[in-house]
Amino acid sequence: MTIETTSSATPAVEAKSSTLRIAFYAVMGVVLLVLPMFSGDFYINLASQILIAAIFALSLNLLVGYGGLSSLGHASFLGLAAYFAAWFFTRGGVDHVSAAVIAILATSVVAGLFGLISLRASGLGFLMITLALSQVLWGVAFRWAAVTNGDNGLSGMTRPMPFGIDLNGAANFYWFALIIFGVSFILMAIFTESAFGSALRGTRDQPRRMAALGFDVWMIRWITFVYAGFWGGVSGLLYVYYHKYIHPTSLSITTSAEGLLSVIAGGSGTLGGPVVGSILVVMLKNYASAYIERWNMLLGFVFLFIVLVMPEGLVPGTKRLFNRFKGGAK
Amino acid sequence: MTVPALEIINLNKNFGGLPATQNVSLSVLPGERRLIIGPNGAGKTTLFNQITGDFFPTSGTIKLFGQEVTRLKPHQRAHLGLSRTYQIITLFNKDTLQHNITLGLLGLQKARWNMLRPLATYGDMRTEAIRVLGLVNLDHLADRPVSDISYGEKRRVEIAMAMAQRPKVLLLDEPLAGLSSGERTNVKQLVAAIPRETTVVMIEHDMDTALDLAETVTLLHYGKVIVDGARDAVIADEKTREVYLGH
Repeated sequence: MTIETTSSATPAVEAKSSTLRIAFYAVMGVVLLVLPMFSGDFYINLASQILIAAIFALSLNLLVGYGGLSSLGHASFLGLAAYFAAWFFTRGGVDHVSAAVIAILATSVVAGLFGLISLRASGLGFLMITLALSQVLWGVAFRWAAVTNGDNGLSGMTRPMPFGIDLNGAANFYWFALIIFGVSFILMAIFTESAFGSALRGTRDQPRRMAALGFDVWMIRWITFVYAGFWGGVSGLLYVYYHKYIHPTSLSITTSAEGLLSVIAGGSGTLGGPVVGSILVVMLKNYASAYIERWNMLLGFVFLFIVLVMPEGLVPGTKRLFNRFKGGAK
Repeated sequence: MTVPALEIINLNKNFGGLPATQNVSLSVLPGERRLIIGPNGAGKTTLFNQITGDFFPTSGTIKLFGQEVTRLKPHQRAHLGLSRTYQIITLFNKDTLQHNITLGLLGLQKARWNMLRPLATYGDMRTEAIRVLGLVNLDHLADRPVSDISYGEKRRVEIAMAMAQRPKVLLLDEPLAGLSSGERTNVKQLVAAIPRETTVVMIEHDMDTALDLAETVTLLHYGKVIVDGARDAVIADEKTREVYLGH
């Protein structure tokens, strides 16, 4: 599978798409800031879930969109961090901060190991190995009941109280999630724009040439894998705080696939794409499912529509249409 | 005695049962212009791929300036001063010409590991990239994506990307392939203008052009070195006529 990127051709088109980008971020920013003032707890909670899913999708996008490495096992890192945090807090007897640090560190170490194994391949082989590894974790979570409590999941997790602020209210948790999302988004944006990020995109497009130019392609991919695992872990931490509970489904292929669908639907290799894709998936999953029992079928139709009309994803597709209506060259 | 820029000793490469390189030994002196010729399937590009490290040989030794590199990875060899171009154009199509050359510059710098500073803010690299594009007369297209330029221009970007690295040894794999006669003259001038600090090894089929650039010639056939030596001696050789030039 080749992943198309969207670098605009002429300076004129560039200027238009940057106007669009600024408008997009401005609207998003305003919506995110005023949302808790105008909506009830249901929508605020929905927004928190979108933010968590968006961090997850953004981290997966580092691999899929910028590295050209399609993973179907990214739920490993969300689930692991959630399980580690829940286990150490409820059974290990450590406080929230220590549990969070242990969870993120342990998840990053596992990402390092998984990277060693799965980066022996690229393309379809990489996809299958990441899938297999995440299935192993899912199986362990299900079967090793003495530690994970099996199908009952780990309950008893609480939300932390940073600076003494109670996060149990929907709005307070939303602000917490929004801050973490903002930091994640900015740090991942810096990563993709950096010299290293440019090298990463180079390894996606011409790995052989990049090696001949002096870039250690394997190492670039491995570092990206660990970095993506780290942010996947951050989303897992928020996930377990939000639900106060963790179940093996968080490690399942469904979770990985939803992340991948968000990335592809929104537009891989763009920063806005995974966010838009997450809005779509979480809305369909939580909102549409209240009205339509077979919401999965609706999700299927929506994706079919996107693939047929905007195969490059919603964000690049909208940009293309916008440029066309503005009389752009392409 | 001068240490050769590139030395290959008893190199063998088998693909399954098929020998692609058979007992090849050759030595290229610093600053030399070496042309490698041979019919299709003679193993020329396979030899290049072993020099760059894309394939490891079945047996034998490759040395760059006396240092054994036989088991080094391609990126490690690049840091020893080896650079190449591809017979099939291998550029970053959606990126600008300037970005392409900048990647060539970045590959040999510590900054390639920098995860905080945007590539766009490295002004010195941009300036240098545009200077290098000027050498191949493409600086006016610096901000256009590669997909917008012509095939002949892409060939020149291939060479510019390798030249940007100021290589000690440059491998050119059919730099004239698919070019019109006007473009050939253009690229020929570029290759002729490569400074003597760079040793050039070139695969090329266009004899009229390539022989002008070469000082020494190696003729490969079925993975073996048939004739090897000074240009005129190789051309005059009976075996060269038989295998390659025809009558």
